[in-house]
Amino acid sequence: MNKTVRIALVALLCMGAAACTKKEVKPQPVAPPPVVAPVAPVSDGKYTPADLDTDACLRQRVVYFDFDKSEIKPEFQAIMACHAKYLQDRPTAQIRLEGNADERGTREYNLGLGERRGNAVSSALQADGGSASQLSVVSYGKEKPVCREHNEDCWSKNRRVNIVYTAQ
Amino acid sequence: MIKPMRKISSSFAVILLALAAMLTGPVAAQSLNVDIVGGVKTATPIVVVPFSQQGGAPLSTDVADVIRNDFNRSGKFRALAKSDIVEQPSRGADIKFATWRLLKQDYITVGRISDAGSGMLRIEYELWDVNKQSSLLAQAYTVPAGDLRGVAHQIADQIYEKITGVRGAFWTRMAYITAVGLGNNTTYSLIVADSDGYNPQVVARSRESLLTPRWSPDGKKIAYVSFESGNSNIYIQDITTGARQLVESHPRGINGAPAWSPDGTKLAVALSYVGNLEIFVLDLATHQETRLTHNLAIDTEAAWAPDGQSIYFTSDRSGRPQIYQMPATGGTPQRITFQGQNNLEANVSYDGKQLAMVQGNGNVYRIAIMDRSLGDQVRFLSPGPLDESPSFAPNASMLLYASTEGRHGVLYAVSADGLVRQRLVLSDGDVREPAWGPYRQR
Repeated sequence: MNKTVRIALVALLCMGAAACTKKEVKPQPVAPPPVVAPVAPVSDGKYTPADLDTDACLRQRVVYFDFDKSEIKPEFQAIMACHAKYLQDRPTAQIRLEGNADERGTREYNLGLGERRGNAVSSALQADGGSASQLSVVSYGKEKPVCREHNEDCWSKNRRVNIVYTAQ
Repeated sequence: MIKPMRKISSSFAVILLALAAMLTGPVAAQSLNVDIVGGVKTATPIVVVPFSQQGGAPLSTDVADVIRNDFNRSGKFRALAKSDIVEQPSRGADIKFATWRLLKQDYITVGRISDAGSGMLRIEYELWDVNKQSSLLAQAYTVPAGDLRGVAHQIADQIYEKITGVRGAFWTRMAYITAVGLGNNTTYSLIVADSDGYNPQVVARSRESLLTPRWSPDGKKIAYVSFESGNSNIYIQDITTGARQLVESHPRGINGAPAWSPDGTKLAVALSYVGNLEIFVLDLATHQETRLTHNLAIDTEAAWAPDGQSIYFTSDRSGRPQIYQMPATGGTPQRITFQGQNNLEANVSYDGKQLAMVQGNGNVYRIAIMDRSLGDQVRFLSPGPLDESPSFAPNASMLLYASTEGRHGVLYAVSADGLVRQRLVLSDGDVREPAWGPYRQR
């Protein structure tokens, strides 16, 4: 029973997310991409691998965090929901969550912090319907910064979890 | 107590920047550039006269230079500049003590090098007390010509011990990690070099991050973390043979933060295959893991007390990372740091009396030393803002630590009083995570 409620919630969230993303896309005069249609029968509402490249929500693969924090901020809930739905729709899909930290603090402690963030995303994806067997977490700590300046702007870009599909 | 130290640190930072800007000499015969910053007025004045050479080809190493540099970076001695050495005796009998008394020198070292045949050199030296005009040391070595720097460090160690009563630690090595290149083209290397940065040798190389090099107590092996398989794994590598052993590789979670027990039979590690990062002790003979910590916090960065009875580690169980201590066989951890927002990465002096750590306040992370014999007083050793990886010399007279200058990681060797610092810079790329090795066997 719980599960059905959860799925219903996920579906609602996803609809919400889709609506949001549609709004973002609207201003652009876009020709509808017909290529997707034959591959993915829209009727069953399930994600297909093609959506990973085209769906505005699924294309978002980075979750950012506050300093020394691993709570998922509200603005990333929609991303959690659509990736969780993808995992549900595609039981063979696998995600590697790569946890990262900013440069403040020591390397080993930041390995722990990166993992804590990866675990937070993993928990959120599972709460939204993903399966634990589809998720793995690796922490790089502060070893893989995307930005190398010593300021908050840069640090905020490095405090992240990358969502990496290892099987679609 | 702490405020004046801060002032000293920041004024040294200014001097440091000024000196860095003036640096022109190409010291970089090898990959690390070395320069000494600061000086101490109270340091003991000593003359190290250039060693005379009888016969043979000119030597590539100036033994007296090496000894002088060792003394200067120790903070305990101030070696008379080579250009001020007005007379050059090579035997005690030829020393004119009046000259050196006039120059206010307390001690004088003289020496001579001769060809011992078949590629060997004979190095003799003497240490004299200038005021008493008495001989303190007279020793001779016969070594391969390629080992002159090693001999120079050993002479510096003997003189240091004779005068201070503390065993010298110049003839030691350090390990560190370098990262050269950008992004996916970065090459990481684990390097072992002499403690003054010379003779760097590559121990391991990887396209993925290497971190946390830790010397075995006998100085023969290094444990470290490598991401070469995609996840963090712990290896132990013999630095002379290169033979390597994978000791922790749980597919799930972190395999990190290795730390040798003082007797070399165990490795404390941080593992998270149990679902959360916890401290374990790995018996290297039986490969049995014993879990020490049990809670939902990050527990990592173990460091053994020298008696092997307890373990220091970093935990954020109180909300922020702080240093805790617990029995090495398990038990209740006690928090021991209460000053500063964050305290991480404890490193223990040989006698267990001092604990070096990284203290973070706001965005400033500095090396701090807590004196366990002085009511846990804390003093700062480095100016920050992004300093880490403190590592005591085996005699605790100096420490190495990592810092950041612009986008580059650099190393510092600092005297334990914080007054003299030596910067070690890689000409191209980052250098980080220094670990000072144990005494070498004579």
